Amino acid sequence: MASILRFRKLCYVEPVKCSSLGFESFETPKIEKKDEGIGPSIENVLQKQEKKKSKRQPKEWRCVDYCCWTIGYVCTTWWLLLFLYHCLPVTLTGFQVPEPPGARLKREGLTALHPVVLVPGIVTGGLELWEGRPCADGLFRKRLWGGSFTEIFKRPLCWLEHLSLHNETGLDPPGIRVRAVPGLVAADYFAPGYFVWAVLIENLARIGYEGKNLHMAAYDWRLSFQNTEIRDQALSRLKSKIELMFETNGYKKVVVVPHSMGVIYFLHFLKWVESPPPMGGGGGPGWCAKHIKAVMNIGPAFLGVPKTVSNIFSAESKDVAFVRAMAPGVLDSEMLGLQTLEHVMRVSRTWDSIISLMPKGGETIWGNMDWSPEEGYDCDLARKRYMKPSLNDKKSNNSDGKRGFHIEDYVKYGRIISFGKAASQLPSSQLPTLGLKEFSSTSTSSSSNSPCGEVWTEYDEMSRDSIQKVPENKAYTARTLVDLLHFVAPKMMRRAEAHFSHGIAENLDDPKYAHYKYWSNPLETKLPDAPDMEIYCLCGVGIPTERSYVYKPSPSDRCKSIPFRIDSSADGSDNGCLKGGVYFVDGDESVPVLSAGFMCAKGWRGRTRFNPSGIATYVREYQHKPPASLLEGRGIESGAHVDIMGNVALIEDVLRVAAGATGAEIGGDTIYSDIIRMSERINLQL
Amino acid sequence: MNLVRRRKASETEKPSVSDSKTTNEGGEEEEEEEDDDDKNKKSKKAVTKKKKRKVEEKGKWSCVDSCCWFIGCICTIWWFLLLLYNAMPASFPQYVTEAITGPLPDHPGVKLRKEGLTAKHPVVFVPGIVTGGLELWEGHQCADGLFRKRLWGGTFGEVYKRPLCWVEHMSLDNETGMDPPGIRVRPVTGLVAADYFAPGYFVWAVLIANLAHIGYEEKTMYMAAYDWRISFENTEVRDQTLSRIKSNIELLVATNGGKKAVIIPHSMGALYFLHFMKWVEAPAPMGGGGGSDWCSKHIKAVMNIGGPFLGVPKAVSGLFSAEAKDIAVARAIAPGFLDNDLFRLQTLQHVMRMSRTWDSTMSMIPKGGDIIWGGLDWSPEEGYVPSKKRQRNNGTQIAEQNETGSQVSQTKRGNYGRIISFGKDVAEADSSEIEMIDFRDAVKGSNVANTTCRDVWTEYHDMGIEGIRAVAEYKVYTAGSILDLLYFVAPKMMARGSAHFSYGIADDLDDPKYKHYKYWSNPLETKLPNAPEMEIYSMYGVGIPTERAYIYKLSPSAECYIPFQIDTSAKGENEDSCLKDGVYAVDGDETVPVLSAGFMCAKGWRGKTRFNPSGIRTYIREYDHAPPANLLEGRGTQSGAHVDIMGNFALIEDILRVAAGATGEDLGGDRVYSDIFKWSEKIKLPL
Repeated sequence: MASILRFRKLCYVEPVKCSSLGFESFETPKIEKKDEGIGPSIENVLQKQEKKKSKRQPKEWRCVDYCCWTIGYVCTTWWLLLFLYHCLPVTLTGFQVPEPPGARLKREGLTALHPVVLVPGIVTGGLELWEGRPCADGLFRKRLWGGSFTEIFKRPLCWLEHLSLHNETGLDPPGIRVRAVPGLVAADYFAPGYFVWAVLIENLARIGYEGKNLHMAAYDWRLSFQNTEIRDQALSRLKSKIELMFETNGYKKVVVVPHSMGVIYFLHFLKWVESPPPMGGGGGPGWCAKHIKAVMNIGPAFLGVPKTVSNIFSAESKDVAFVRAMAPGVLDSEMLGLQTLEHVMRVSRTWDSIISLMPKGGETIWGNMDWSPEEGYDCDLARKRYMKPSLNDKKSNNSDGKRGFHIEDYVKYGRIISFGKAASQLPSSQLPTLGLKEFSSTSTSSSSNSPCGEVWTEYDEMSRDSIQKVPENKAYTARTLVDLLHFVAPKMMRRAEAHFSHGIAENLDDPKYAHYKYWSNPLETKLPDAPDMEIYCLCGVGIPTERSYVYKPSPSDRCKSIPFRIDSSADGSDNGCLKGGVYFVDGDESVPVLSAGFMCAKGWRGRTRFNPSGIATYVREYQHKPPASLLEGRGIESGAHVDIMGNVALIEDVLRVAAGATGAEIGGDTIYSDIIRMSERINLQL
Repeated sequence: MNLVRRRKASETEKPSVSDSKTTNEGGEEEEEEEDDDDKNKKSKKAVTKKKKRKVEEKGKWSCVDSCCWFIGCICTIWWFLLLLYNAMPASFPQYVTEAITGPLPDHPGVKLRKEGLTAKHPVVFVPGIVTGGLELWEGHQCADGLFRKRLWGGTFGEVYKRPLCWVEHMSLDNETGMDPPGIRVRPVTGLVAADYFAPGYFVWAVLIANLAHIGYEEKTMYMAAYDWRISFENTEVRDQTLSRIKSNIELLVATNGGKKAVIIPHSMGALYFLHFMKWVEAPAPMGGGGGSDWCSKHIKAVMNIGGPFLGVPKAVSGLFSAEAKDIAVARAIAPGFLDNDLFRLQTLQHVMRMSRTWDSTMSMIPKGGDIIWGGLDWSPEEGYVPSKKRQRNNGTQIAEQNETGSQVSQTKRGNYGRIISFGKDVAEADSSEIEMIDFRDAVKGSNVANTTCRDVWTEYHDMGIEGIRAVAEYKVYTAGSILDLLYFVAPKMMARGSAHFSYGIADDLDDPKYKHYKYWSNPLETKLPNAPEMEIYSMYGVGIPTERAYIYKLSPSAECYIPFQIDTSAKGENEDSCLKDGVYAVDGDETVPVLSAGFMCAKGWRGKTRFNPSGIRTYIREYDHAPPANLLEGRGTQSGAHVDIMGNFALIEDILRVAAGATGEDLGGDRVYSDIFKWSEKIKLPL
């Protein structure tokens, strides 16, 4: 009977295995009593089973259970550590945190005085979905841009579709509404842990700022500036906010802190607010003088950024080119059907705002075939000076010698795009000159649209012949670039023409300059009549910044690829200005010093035709120092375009001005770069 | 050898068992048996060996390992499920719900969009008490790292991590009702301020989503977030909130082609906006200086959701003993747990200390005194039978039920007028039988035992035992005497409160004293603005028992405790009774009784009255509560509860229609389920 019981138990435990014996097992009790002969046979079967079982069991334990065990072990340890971390007092976890400037200045007795308006730049502002296609179900009021970007991985094509704008109007595509996130959360952190404005906000809060005297002027950075008013009334809201803060804070004027593209956005606002109503805000000519104390431009891109050109032209910049050099074939491989760059290009070309960042002022500012304001800039010297200041004295002779050597072949920064390294260095007389206007008139018969699938860039509309012609012109300067872009991206440029202008005004009183498309170009507008206002250019220096590019045609002639790319094999010999097909100058990694500093250093300095009321301007440069250790994160003395928002010296300047100091009180200009010398070389009528 | 020996042994045994004749014959059989036995034994041995091996194996898998294994298993399964969940198409839950409950009705936004409604009037939300988020801008050492993190709303993680620090930061100054030194806690701004209260617990989110369906977006919607802890006028003094709301409404109207705004206040927001409407038209030093036609120029309609215009009785119990029905129930179920001082938790005391610093709670003390809320012997709601509600669904029986209902109520009606009574017998006794000993002049005894009470300080410690006894001996408090009671037990709080709020009824509204801001949030002491085209809606849920009056008792130990608590043992005779766990309930939306939410629109402001000189049209829209049919529905689409009503489809539809341009007449005028008109008739208020 014991055996039977055991058998039953077995059956109970492993009903599947016993299923073949199931019939027997039910019968056995009765049979056994009558005939004991069957017993042994069952016993045998049982033994076999047990043998089988004993073989199987350890295996099972090893496979799945070890996995589970490891995971459990790791998890438990992780939780334990996490728990311990949380239990630790806050002061113990970090290293000795340097005292934030806000706390120090508070002890000095600074308190919130002037309300502060923050104007975020391109890319850093969050965007959220208000209405979308079925594929974006469940994303209502979730961030599409900024935050964790999880949707890119989950549904990349859907994401791209929603972030694109309409190719003709530059406004929302039908059925899609993506809007800027409002409030301070719009751009305090770009992604979790990656601060943009958060550090500045925290320091402002320490001296007493809070929601009522701190405002983030979030806007949809994809649109052209005037369209933010037409679609979202963003400019009207900003005006009303500034007026409200002015009134509710004891009639203290506002300090505006724009960053990056926000700088030209706010320039646009300054003109808009004083213009008469149908096109402008109708604030009257005294509005700025009445409401604004200072504009503290951080990393200002007044005259544009060469980076945009490469972005529009081939959707690449240094980083992409660098990746391509490191791992050729990955980005270009169509194995996965990703076509990442093409998608990026298609989407980013629908964003009008990018065009606002194209180099302005043409050859007068950015240099021509043979000349550029930065010529003579020694990249090597720059690096040494910034990286190892102690070595400066020793090498000074050496670098002087080098400089003499370089006089013969200055880097020709004026040629923003050149095809082939040779073309970037040859004297202009040896370059073939071909009027771009000529070939832009050639027929643009659509070439083989059918195999190009869903990715549509305007390159697909160009015939291969005309694409071939682009490189023939070898080198493009800031002036001819516009023609080039007109040629390769006609639709985008047509939209852009209506919203932006990139020239230099001959006569600022010409009535045509009342049109809004000139408002964001400092070379085609006058500053408002506000003699008490102050304009600061706060920019980082000491980081190599993209200035011009060496291009080559793409090897593959398939219709799906972008026909041009940066020639990442082109490297400079010893001076290091050319790396991976990109020529570098001094700057903050995105904006060259020239673009950031020129207006404050020369264009607006004193009473000029661009600054008729003589608004005081100050150039404050911040020398880049990389973070000393990993613990410092992104550094407290960084000069990089976004990281500079955590720069202690910059924060202190902003705080002091917000608390009432003037430019002269915080020390006037601080200049590390050659901006004054470069500005001298620019021959602009003032 | 083995075999032989065994056989012998068995043979020696055999004879004793069986006959000698059968030994030979049976021997063979036995041999076989023996062999089998042997095998059996072997197998048994094998089994034991195996068992041993298993034990050894198990020995390797020690307790810790099994734990790890278990955790690992759970984690893996969890991640797997999470992966599946993430990989699941977004429409899947809806699909499942539809498969189970049948096709869901279209969201009102989708439905109305098909009808062709589009965004027209800009919409302003005014959140109520408690639902708005608060974040830290400056704090003490203990709140390090919480800069711009939510202290109120969101996950409330900090409550568990550092409770005392949290209480300290949420409290206001006891004297001024403003920030304590070194602490700045400010309201979260934007729609995120009150779209969700906690993750998954919507407040405004559903309404916002539906408005977005018909084309609303950030530029046409505005959340008038304010710090709901401080008094209404202080939000202007400290944060300039009223100025901001004014400027934002002006901006909304200007940027939307001059379309007037539709205001949607919820709960206390209704009072706040009432205050705003007076403030904005008052001249500049005290008011906003918008001029006397500001409201008529900028506001199309005010759609109050669950507005406690005349206050809520809940606020009294909250201030008096930091309890409400929920806490009373908890105390009844687990007596001793809440009062337990074992962990030195003193939760209620802390809550009381904190909430007594919040001036805004005083805005919701019942207003209008005995005239509105009833005296010792009468109340407007008398005759209300809670069971009626349940049977109302079978419409034909209403008449019958009413008869029986009135019979019952005659025998033992709830004396709702007695908002606080000490002891059940007192609550039910005839007014002539109650002897009330006046407490007002009672000497407050010496400070009792402050030493033992450590850090928790409520004003009760200043009262002394004599004072407490005096309070209890007064026996019964009506809406009028409640104020005196509160003055007696919490003099500091009421001193602050009386500077900002008033609870009376105006005799002469033109009296210049009514220009003071403390009257602005009391609908019985202000005139509505001169805006004949404006509309005022009162939208609230009905059909849920709502706290109306309380039975109190003295706490058993009076030292460190709050000396009074709701007498949870007091129950009505049968199940249908209004009295449950020491609380008398009437019809309402679980927080606000119908009387408070509906009276002004039903009678006080109806037509041209002295409170409504320009004859602003008023509409009552009631929403009968229907609990969610199943769990999948979440908080229901037909709920009438105070906050859940924000997800009520009928209410959303009404709001959307008005926002898209409809008037109250287009909606269908009044929609009434409760007895509000009957009750309003009983209130003798000169109009």
